[in-house]
Amino acid sequence: MSLEAAEFLLHVAVRAGTPLLFSTLGEIYAERSGVLNLGVEGMMVMGAVMGFGTSLVTENVWLGILLAALVGGLLSLIHAFLSITLRANQTVSGIALTIFGLGMSGLLGKAYIGAPLPSRVRAVPIPLLRDIPILGPFLFQHDPLIYLSLVLVPLLWLLLFKTRAGINIRSVGENPATADALGVNVHRVRYLCVFLGGVLSGLGGAYLSVAYRPAWTEGMTAGLGWIAIALTIFSMWSPGRALLGAYLFGGVEALQYRLQPPPPYGLGISPNLLAMLPYALAVIVLLAGTRETIRKRMGAPSALGTPYVRGEK
Amino acid sequence: MIPKLKIEKRPIVSSSVTLAVSILSMLLALIAVAFVFLGYGVDPTYAYQKIFIGSFGSLTGFSETIVKAIPLMICGIGLAVAFKALVWNIGAEGQLLMGAIAATGIALYVIPEASSVLLLPSMFIGGFLAGAVWGVIPGVLKAKLKANEVITTLMMNYIASNLVEYLIYGPWKGAMEWGFPITNEFPLSAWLPYLPIGMGRIHYPTLILALSLAVLTYVFIMRTTLGFEVRVMGENPDAAKYAGMSYFKTVILVMLISGGLAGLAGVGEVAGIHHRLRYPKGISPPPGYGYTAIIVTCLGRLNPLAIILSSLLFGGLLVGGDAIQVIGLPFAAIGLFNGAILFFVLGGELLTRYKIIIRWRG
Repeated sequence: MSLEAAEFLLHVAVRAGTPLLFSTLGEIYAERSGVLNLGVEGMMVMGAVMGFGTSLVTENVWLGILLAALVGGLLSLIHAFLSITLRANQTVSGIALTIFGLGMSGLLGKAYIGAPLPSRVRAVPIPLLRDIPILGPFLFQHDPLIYLSLVLVPLLWLLLFKTRAGINIRSVGENPATADALGVNVHRVRYLCVFLGGVLSGLGGAYLSVAYRPAWTEGMTAGLGWIAIALTIFSMWSPGRALLGAYLFGGVEALQYRLQPPPPYGLGISPNLLAMLPYALAVIVLLAGTRETIRKRMGAPSALGTPYVRGEK
Repeated sequence: MIPKLKIEKRPIVSSSVTLAVSILSMLLALIAVAFVFLGYGVDPTYAYQKIFIGSFGSLTGFSETIVKAIPLMICGIGLAVAFKALVWNIGAEGQLLMGAIAATGIALYVIPEASSVLLLPSMFIGGFLAGAVWGVIPGVLKAKLKANEVITTLMMNYIASNLVEYLIYGPWKGAMEWGFPITNEFPLSAWLPYLPIGMGRIHYPTLILALSLAVLTYVFIMRTTLGFEVRVMGENPDAAKYAGMSYFKTVILVMLISGGLAGLAGVGEVAGIHHRLRYPKGISPPPGYGYTAIIVTCLGRLNPLAIILSSLLFGGLLVGGDAIQVIGLPFAAIGLFNGAILFFVLGGELLTRYKIIIRWRG
């Protein structure tokens, strides 16, 4: 592979992996606090339609991104209310959120199908750094949202592992009764983490529709939200590994551009078969993550998926 | 005065409370969606009227409601078995498509010359097996490797859907179809019969199959030892373990049943309606029978007999979805009901299990 080809592959891998990165970071926080939110797909697709629609109507793409994040956050509160306050089954509630989001986005986005976006997020290459071979195209020739995601990874890692708030989040996810006894407001921490998860999923969705592929098509997330949940397990609930996983998936998508065209440009593999790759990879990644979690006897927050009621076991 | 909410467990959950809560959650969902319609500038009472008349108001409408209810019922009954054991099979959509693929292969390539008596049962058996395999794979991954089945079954939906597309664009593309991505039409011996004229497209052998499966599954869950093990695993996994019940066996069994049944539904669609394999969205229109069946099952509270009713209700909603397109609402609006109903059923479940007591403090 030539240098240009490698640079292109890495560049596209980051772009394609960014929606996954945002959503996975969000799900890590929700799950760290003990709430499994399977509504990521629904929040992402709503983020995508809100981001696109608002950008189209107001011609302000940043307003669109802001609203997408807000909508993601608001939707996540439905799940938070059902699973934290009403103690409903988290699996079913998350699936309901996904189905609801897909339906709602179809309704809202009807008018936007095929519309071109006047303002989109554009790349802002960073001077000097952009010219480094390989590393430049890989990390420094991107748009501001990608830089944001790159800043979020260490920030969210620090918050989770090196601050008082992070200890509270993790203790609520591991042993809510003890956290409660120590004066941590279990429900508040969980609400905040689920909300943050929703905001980041909304951002991930918006990245798809206003930056990566500036267009709206119904159900355009095509399972990315579910892949993000698989990645959360693969990441072992740590932001650093989330970055690795997200770019791995981005790389697979980038690879499709090379495998699909007929020879001599590519291998001429059927696009329908190539389209299966990310989903098959998600299963493999899920297995790898699950296996490692079991082997190291760590990872999954102990209270994941169980509602907390004071005084009940 | 500040009201203080207190939540107390009900000692026994009566079936009348369950029924009342189910109906209440339906109504609340309808009210919630009405607000969305209002926001969209559509009079909700008019829209609901359209939906109701479209799906239950005429013989043609009602027969189409039954046609849509058939796959929902079969998938829903299978999912009820899995959900009873707390195994979250979200893969009915993919399992249905695998059933459709198997039936197509048998009708077009394996024994196309066979008579109906041989061909149709072979298609149903093949479809059951294909769906079952698609269900058992995530089952094994869950039981042996602890892989979350929600994610694996979902990923397999996408893989199955891409497999259908691969086949209709590639090796199975019909030679007589002007380059459209569909297979050739099945031989007539692979067509399921319809009810007499005037009753629409009700492929009654599948309907009879669905109704018998509802009764059989009810008996299986309530009256057999295996069914008892399924229930115990869902209600008290620790007890199941101490009683020496095999976790592996139960997971595989429920995935086999739910996958196989979804496969049967897929056979019914291609042999009863389309008579060929076509685009996945054509076989299972969005939001997808396999996904809608999840809500059908939850609204029917995992009771196969109640699922007969809830599948008719959702069949009606799907037919009504066609009707509201006339007044400018997209078909996707129907997906809203699915999500909203599930939310309220879930919230309502709290009401069946707990009492909410309001105390006023001065």
